[in-house]
This record gives sequence, C-alpha cells and structure tokens, in this order.
Amino acid sequence: MKPFTNFRSRLVPLAINNIDTDQIIPARFLKTTSKEGLDRQLFCDWRYDAQGNAKPDFILNQSRVAGAQVLLAGDNFGCGSSREHAPWALTQFGFRAIVSTSFADIFTGNALKNSLLPIRVPIDVHAELFAAVAPDPDATIAVDLAAQTLTTPAGRVVPFSIDAFSKRCLLEGVDELGYILKQEGAIGAYEASHPSPINTAA
Amino acid sequence: MPQTIIEKLWNSHLVEEQAGAPALLYIDLHLVHEVTSPQAFQGLRERGLKVRRPDLTIATADHSIPTTDRSLPIVDQIAAKQLAQLEANCAEFGIRCLGVHSDRQGVVHVIGPELGLTQPGMTVVCGDSHTATHGAFGALAFGIGTSEVENVLASQCLLQRKSKTFEVKVEGTLGRGVTAKDIILALIAKIGVGGGTGCVFEFTGNAIRALSMEQRMTVCNMSIEGGARAGLIAPDETTFEYLAGRPHAPKGAKWDAAIERWKRLPTDAGAVYDREVSIDADTLEPMITYGTNPGMGVAINAPLPDPASVADPMERDSIEKALAYMGLEGGKPLVGHPVDVVFIGSCTNSRISDLRAAAAVLIGRKVNPKLRVLVVPGSQEVKRQAIAEGLPELFRAAGCEWREPGCSMCIAMNGDQLAPGEYCVSTSNRNFEGRQGKGGRTFLASPLTAAASAITGVVTDVRTL
Repeated sequence: MKPFTNFRSRLVPLAINNIDTDQIIPARFLKTTSKEGLDRQLFCDWRYDAQGNAKPDFILNQSRVAGAQVLLAGDNFGCGSSREHAPWALTQFGFRAIVSTSFADIFTGNALKNSLLPIRVPIDVHAELFAAVAPDPDATIAVDLAAQTLTTPAGRVVPFSIDAFSKRCLLEGVDELGYILKQEGAIGAYEASHPSPINTAA
Repeated sequence: MPQTIIEKLWNSHLVEEQAGAPALLYIDLHLVHEVTSPQAFQGLRERGLKVRRPDLTIATADHSIPTTDRSLPIVDQIAAKQLAQLEANCAEFGIRCLGVHSDRQGVVHVIGPELGLTQPGMTVVCGDSHTATHGAFGALAFGIGTSEVENVLASQCLLQRKSKTFEVKVEGTLGRGVTAKDIILALIAKIGVGGGTGCVFEFTGNAIRALSMEQRMTVCNMSIEGGARAGLIAPDETTFEYLAGRPHAPKGAKWDAAIERWKRLPTDAGAVYDREVSIDADTLEPMITYGTNPGMGVAINAPLPDPASVADPMERDSIEKALAYMGLEGGKPLVGHPVDVVFIGSCTNSRISDLRAAAAVLIGRKVNPKLRVLVVPGSQEVKRQAIAEGLPELFRAAGCEWREPGCSMCIAMNGDQLAPGEYCVSTSNRNFEGRQGKGGRTFLASPLTAAASAITGVVTDVRTL
C-alpha cells in the first residue's frame, strides 16, 4: 500500500441511503480469484443497461466524474456482505474517500485496509456538501488525514474521527498483518494456556 | 461486575491489548469458502507465510458451486476455476476441504454446526457476513473481509474494536404460521438495516428459549441485515442436546467439563446492555419484505408504506425507488401478488426442519404449474436426512425441483437465478436489487410462506390455506 496523502477533489454525489455491496459490485463478479480488473464492475447494474451500454443518466458515466476521488453517498453506505471486492472496485475506479453520515461495520474495516478512507460527517455537513455540488459540479473538498479534517467547498473545516491505529497504517502505507505477526510472543502464550476444543482435521 | 455473554466471550479471547492499537482477539474456528479466500491465500504466498492453525480451519465449496448433478463437469469455467483453486489452496496449505465431491459439502454456516465444530464460548469467523449464524450456540461469530481472512490464516488472530451490546428481548408465544424467520424480519423492520451498526445482538426472552437450535440459527443468521456484525443466544439445554454426539463435539469426561464451562457463559443477573429493544411474540404475524433491503418488511396482510406519507425526503426517495424497482404500489398489501419463482434454501432456511416445514405445507398438494420452485438442501447431511424421510419424492410429487446443496439462488452466482422482472418468494436473507439475478425481485419470507405461495402462485398467508 502507498502512504495516504492529503488531496483536493471534486465530489461524486450519489444521494441514496443504504447502498449495499451487491450494488457496489454484483455477486456474479465474485467468481474471480484475483483482485484486479474490478473497476468496470463498480455499480455495474446501475451503470450499464442489459446490452452493456453505459446509461448516460447514471453519474459514474458523466464527464464530471473524471479525476474525482471522493464519493458522497447516503446513510449506511456499504451494508450487506463482507466482500472486500467492494473497496477493491471503488479504489480501482479512483476513489480515495467516501463521505457519508454512516457506514456499515464490515465495509469500514475492509475500506481502511485498502487505503479507502470512510469519512463520517454530521447531517448538516452532509446536506451542505450535496447542496454545494448540485449547482457546481466542480466544487472541491480537501481531505487532510493527519489533521483529520475535511474542508467543504465553502471553506468550512470539519473534523472527522478515525481510530489512531488505522490512521497510522494509512499514513505509513502499512497493513495490519505486520503488526499482528510481531505479537508472536503473546499469541504463543495465549495458545499455551488455552488448549483448543476442536481439531478440524480429525 | 456482572457481565453479558458478549463481554465474557470478548474477555476470554483477548490475546493482547496495546495502547494505540485495537485488541488482538484469538479465533477458535475459521471457516473458509471459495469466494473470499483465493486472494488471501495468494497474500500468504507473496509473504512466504504458512497457515498457523490448519487444525482450527476448515473449507467448503458453497457459493459458486452448481446445484445440478455433481457427477457432471462444471459448465461455468470461471466458477470451475475458483472451485479448483480452493481445493488447490487447501492442499498446499494443509487445510481440510469439504469440496465439490465431499459427502460433507454444504453451505458453510450449515456444516459448522452440523459437524459439532461450532461450540458455545468460541470465536468463529468466516469471509462471509452471515457468520453470525454460529452465534446461536453462544459463540461470538462474525463475518470478515479477505484481508482479515489472510490475517487469521497467518496468525489465528484478528485486530478488533469492542462492539456495543444490544439486547433483543423476545417474549411471548409465536402464533400458528409464525416462525423464527418472522422474529428476525420483524426486528429488522423495526430498527432498520443500520439499526444495529457497531453492536452485537444478544437475543433473549422466553420466545427465544422456546426455539430449536435450527430456529435460533435462522434468527442469528440475519443479524447483519440489522447492521450488527454478530448476534448470539446464550447456550442452554437445547444447545447441549443438539451438540451431544456430533462428530466434533467433546466426548466422555471432556463433554462433562465442557458443559460445566458452557453453563457459566450466560449473561449475569444485573448486567447492563448499551442498548435494548423488545419484540412481542404474541402479536407477531408472518412477515414479508416488499422492498430492496431487508428492513423494508411488513406483516403479510398489512399495507405497504405509502411514500406520500413519509416525511423525510431521502427516506421517501428510498421507498419510492424500491417500490419502482419492485413494480409495486404503496398503500396495498402484498397478499395476492403474482409470483414466478419460489426458492427454499440458503444459510437462513435450508436445514432439515426448514425442509420439513415446507414439506408439511406441500404434502398432498401441487405447486402452481406456472411457477418454478427450487428446494435446495443446506448440506449433503441435510440431503441424506431428507432422503431418509422421503422428502425429495414429496417435493418432486408436488412439482418442485430438488437440487444439490449450495447457496444457489440466495446469491445467484452459480447459474440459479431469476430472469429480469421475475418475482420470487425466497427463504434467503437479502432482497437487494439484483441479488437473485439481475433485475430479479425478491420477497423474503419464511419457508411456510414460501411453500404456501408456491401452491397458489401468489403471495399467500399460510394460515389461509
């Protein structure tokens, strides 16, 4: 993973609540054994008609999306399955942050492990962002992870929360497994004092 | 200080808690399937790592596996490759795999309990959001992504943040035609699909105590549909009776010691939950969903919400959009609405008692000839039980398709899918747009409602048959 750096970007508004992972990437694309090539499948059934033609009224098919790195979505984004293909598809398309009022638990964990920042904002900020992009598709926000702030197009600096560990992983561009493997002593000690009740191989 | 079962499970699996990092939690059982594991095994290869505890890991093929004759080659080459990859990965890393041709193959959340691998007091994970199913045994069980699958394969541990505790109290007696599925659909309709975000549910109350283990699994299974990563039920005599004699359950003196341990798990008197909600079992009716998320559910005879009467604009948009996708009108009940397909199966409702319940409705009757009705057992073991009881003949005589075990039309990855626009009464867990096939339209309900609707060809309240 690359270290997460500050950026300024236009927003892609998708004013829909409870966007589930089956919309983010439909299950029929999960037969892949790789992480690659998922960007075309992002929101596939909203993006393309039955013949595979791009639907011009869907926002991801509009020119304003070019280069935009932030998705602005409704409440409870990413509900549903545990498929990590969802953040893989979103990041391969170019997104680096999702802004919403709330996120599903499993999606949040999966996103943070893929340098995709879920930014939770209060309802009034959420509304302000939707209102700002409606008349001006080129309105931009700034994201500063180290400072944990989002700056709205109007210049309002809004703090957001992220746990310290995930923040450090993102800023340093490292994943969790390196840290976990360093805890070998504690893991071995736990195993020595907690004999396992099962043996799947038996 | 009095503790909930959720806190007891958390505390007993804490490996380490360092300042500035989440807790390191030990995992007792890791279930693996073909869809969310290939990239995790590849990650291990790239880092030169082994699977730390193959003896606590088990794999099966369920999501992309065809439910047609297993002696034939798999037609979908991409699925065939994924299934072969699972077997190759398990062979390379020394993991037992109940693969395509195993006589123990089945839906991952059906086989764990069936083999006696899922036990009270455990932590159980799987790269699948319906892992909460195993919570029915008083285990802390939750779904994880592929990065976490890799973490558990490599270390048998996960970095976790503590969830809030959420008591769901269900008191009373379920009426005729009302099932465990209706309890969980009613909860999700009440709190919404994000209602349990950040929480673990504990289901309590005499209506929960009265449920069989298979019914408890149905309840816990859909915890994620209410936003909670896990949902569980404290173990009791029903739990112990289910586990006794199962292949991986403890035996002899170990069984007695286990029972003593398990009896200490239930929530202490006076323990406090972060949140609470109550469901009245006495007044519960058969539930059905009408929309495009599992929170959009109503009692089967109740009118659907009228978007015009919803104040919040984004909520109104959601309902309007859902009704438009579903081709439905607000303000009217679903009863009597035509159906094209009925699906009886999935990790929610594919166990032997689910099949028996559907069979009891279908016996001596015929399904409406314009419908396609799929009955998909949850595992080879469920299939064997069903055969021993003569259920396949009963289903076939009624006009249903009796198929091989797998996730099938719950997730529509294996060719079992709806055509665009088709309506399906389904015993599965998700009614998201396209979940059962692109353009397909899902009504989630119990096996009783599914079987009743199969006979009439329209959405039917089983109590009126």
